[in-house]
Amino acid sequence: MKQTARDMAMSTKTITRRGLLLGGAQIGLLGVLGWRMHDLQIRQSDQFRLLAEENRINMRLIPPSRGLIFDRNGLPLAINEQNYRVTLVREDAGDVEAVLHRLAQIVPLTDQEISEAISNAKRRSPFVPVTIKDWMTWEDIAEVSVNAPVLPGITAEVGLSRHYPYGQETAHVVGYVGPVSDYDLERLENPDPLLQIPRFQIGKTGVEARWEERLRGSAGTKRIEVNAVGRVMRELDRNEGDAGQDLQLTLDTSLQNYVAERLKGEAASVVVMDCATGDILALCSAPSFDPNQFVRGISSQNYNLLRDNKYRPFRCKAVQDVYPPGSTFKMITALAAIEAGLVTPEETAWCPGHMVVGTGGQRFHCWKGGGHGHVDLHKALKESCDVYFYDIAQRVGIDKIAEMARKLGLGTRHDIPMLAVAEGLTPDKQWKRSVRGEIWRIGDTVNASIGQGYVLASPLQLAVMTARLATGRSVEPRLIKSVNTVETPLDEQPDLTISPSGLRYIRRAMYATSNDRKGTAYGSRIVADEFRMAGKTGTSQVRRITLEERRQGITRNEDLPWERRDHALWVNYAPFENPRIAVAVVVEHGGGGSRAAAPIGRDVTLRALYGDLPPVEAYPTKDRDRITEMHRRMSLRDFDTSPPKSDRA
Amino acid sequence: MSYLEYNVKTVPTGIRKVLYLNWPLVLLLITVASFGFLMLYSVAGGSVSPWVEPQMKRFGMGLALMFIVAMVPIWFWRNMAGLAYAVSLVLLIMVEFFGDVGMGAQRWIDLGFMRLQPSELMKITLVMLLAAYYDWLPVNRVSSPLAVLIPVLLILLPVFLVLRQPDLGTSLLLLMGGGIVIWLAGVHWGYFAAIFASGVGLVTAVFASRGTAWQLLEDYQYRRIDTFLNPGTDPLGTGYHITQSKIALGSGGFSGRGFMEGTQSRLNFLPEKHTDFIFTTLAEEFGFVGAFSLLVLYSLILIFCCVSAFNNKDRFASLLTLGIGGTFFLFFAVNMAMVMGLAPVVGVPLPLVSYGGSAMLVLMVAFGLVQSAHVHRPRQG
Repeated sequence: MKQTARDMAMSTKTITRRGLLLGGAQIGLLGVLGWRMHDLQIRQSDQFRLLAEENRINMRLIPPSRGLIFDRNGLPLAINEQNYRVTLVREDAGDVEAVLHRLAQIVPLTDQEISEAISNAKRRSPFVPVTIKDWMTWEDIAEVSVNAPVLPGITAEVGLSRHYPYGQETAHVVGYVGPVSDYDLERLENPDPLLQIPRFQIGKTGVEARWEERLRGSAGTKRIEVNAVGRVMRELDRNEGDAGQDLQLTLDTSLQNYVAERLKGEAASVVVMDCATGDILALCSAPSFDPNQFVRGISSQNYNLLRDNKYRPFRCKAVQDVYPPGSTFKMITALAAIEAGLVTPEETAWCPGHMVVGTGGQRFHCWKGGGHGHVDLHKALKESCDVYFYDIAQRVGIDKIAEMARKLGLGTRHDIPMLAVAEGLTPDKQWKRSVRGEIWRIGDTVNASIGQGYVLASPLQLAVMTARLATGRSVEPRLIKSVNTVETPLDEQPDLTISPSGLRYIRRAMYATSNDRKGTAYGSRIVADEFRMAGKTGTSQVRRITLEERRQGITRNEDLPWERRDHALWVNYAPFENPRIAVAVVVEHGGGGSRAAAPIGRDVTLRALYGDLPPVEAYPTKDRDRITEMHRRMSLRDFDTSPPKSDRA
Repeated sequence: MSYLEYNVKTVPTGIRKVLYLNWPLVLLLITVASFGFLMLYSVAGGSVSPWVEPQMKRFGMGLALMFIVAMVPIWFWRNMAGLAYAVSLVLLIMVEFFGDVGMGAQRWIDLGFMRLQPSELMKITLVMLLAAYYDWLPVNRVSSPLAVLIPVLLILLPVFLVLRQPDLGTSLLLLMGGGIVIWLAGVHWGYFAAIFASGVGLVTAVFASRGTAWQLLEDYQYRRIDTFLNPGTDPLGTGYHITQSKIALGSGGFSGRGFMEGTQSRLNFLPEKHTDFIFTTLAEEFGFVGAFSLLVLYSLILIFCCVSAFNNKDRFASLLTLGIGGTFFLFFAVNMAMVMGLAPVVGVPLPLVSYGGSAMLVLMVAFGLVQSAHVHRPRQG
């Protein structure tokens, strides 16, 4: 269509006018864009800069290395061992399955491990390393490293895992570590963020658990730059945490080793204490378990076997279990009577083999059916006459006896760093009224006088009692010798405020127990003059022998099933003149203390005093062949490489 | 005035045409494209692959195309307008049936040697056809109802097809680009008032229909509008793009974090960092200075187009130049508004800077048309 010149001019004018209007609108919009740029990039810049930093920077925790645990001679009881493992990064591997099958030709891998690794790898982001196999040998790792070119995405790594070189022997004291459970997290008010790290392990029992905080140390942090999907791009900076504190225990591992060997086959426990310092030189509970199994993850089958074992391997019988102390309690009854001034040592009583007590006419038997005849205190302790103590206990009263028991360390929880340390029970009138809601009866006193009835004590408490009897001071047990090589200060040991003459009398009676021909532990005496010991046997009834059984003549332990036999107990200190160690032995359902427990106490005492396998000359002549045979059969560790045993007690 | 009436002597001929090109505009285009190369190099982590090299080749190809188109007299292109529009329309319909699906939409057509986005082509051919239409239409009949209906239909046809792909952003750009040409042609403003009013009505209808059986947009389009209106509600879901984009822009500050130092883009917090969101990388690494410079460069391109158009007595040429300038403005303004959180995320690339073949080539052809109009403008004897 033809357009006129006038139209042309008008068209140009219109276009220019409309164009300018449009341009104005565009400039307005450009202004809005410019203003927005200024707003975002200048006015709010700081705020967005912060958001960008938060976007890209992640804090990661660096697990500290766990503190080590040593024995008193510097032997390692808990160490961090290098754990060789192979990991797989999916995106580097390419064909995951092919790579794993190639790996399986180099190192042993089960089909299950392969399929588990594949499913693990597929579940995670392609750049996250997945552990294929833990605890590999150095040889296998070397093989993997050599074959690295044909194993893309496979990396050999070294991690740290807890290891207990002495395994079973120190399992109860040292304890073990395990993965953090939901229960652990719930229990804590303010859980350390470290606990959230996968595979992080914390102490579950023993010293590992009680000193967890100090052994754990504090986490370090590193700031890393991550991208939008969380891949780590680089590390910006790091702040190393503090490693956990190293602990030195008072244990003497070589002695512990001997004790563990000596207790093999029994359900028993032994505590060996240094009389002067209270240092626990050996604390052994048998049977035991291998703590290393727990670090690597124990199978439920193995766990159930241990849990259901009637000898209770998990239990640290030496501190967690309590027993009626039986005749080992008689020193307390005697001391209470002497201190009350109600009994003079020379006073005698008549033991016909039983005693009729109270208005009810209840009969209390002596262990010796025929009776001991005339007994004074010395003879009563030496030969362990029950009737004598029935008699004096009624005169002294339970409250004075309980007071003496507490003075000697019974009925109180000694603070050693283990879990569930037993408090025991030292009954008195007030206790029975408030806890059981009954009045104290005279029969209760009679029972308590020989360590039966309500009285309960742990082997640790019995060892403390013995150490206190030996020194006259209130010795406290100590398990931590030093922390980070700083010696733990010794507790003050105030005097027990027991008259020295009374203590001397008791000690002489204990000496006679194991050195006098008629003493209950004469068979287990020490013949090396410088190491002669003073001790006391104990046999504690698990249940009352019924009249019916007495009539049928079943008074012998051997006729009863294991669970119903008496506990055998033994306490001693040695050497008599210059006490260095105190020992307590409890053999569960072992029968008589003099037969089942005293020999163990004697052997352990000799081993502790000699600092090595004792010479047979220290044993009575008739025992020597048996001892030699026993030593030959023991599979003791070789401690020759250990440092000089200068501070051995 | 038809091309036959030009004083042939005043119009440059032959190779001499090169001297009459709008050289400042060429220089501006190269500068803006260089911004693109720099940013693509940066987001690739300091490497010419995978984006810089093809982008440079395409830009070179685009420059060559621009010169070729510029050498051809503008009246030839006016006569080609109808054919170009028809071809674009056919390609759009083909996409409907044979197109590849990418990013949740059917947009591409594989021509063997390149993957073409017909909707990009349509942006220019629509402007061409409308300019030719108003060149043909007597000026006094511009506002007659029938004369208005025809261009409206010419616009709505491709808009409808693109909306079906579905590509909301491009269809809106087509609508606005066509509207600009109609506006420039001098159509009575009453029509625009009416369309604006009905537009408001349509928006109301769009929102009112949501969730009902006859809802007018796809769910993802509604969600984009939602997150545009309130990106904070779902910072890790659909609002993620805008939130991260604003963080990148804002953290750039006045002078930026430095070339290749932008953490947001380098660490993949930004989506589509080499295409639609490339402006955020620029703003993060070069800050307000860099971002504002790009805005100024775009404005200069726009101003050169306007000046060229105002000095052109030819109705087709000036309408085409202003139409292309307006479309170009819409491109970068919508993209910038989008990444700065002023407009919904509609998938519009940053012209000449974003990585992408069709858009780049089509745009360079369009500037070839602008150059052709500039070179072949009628001159006074």
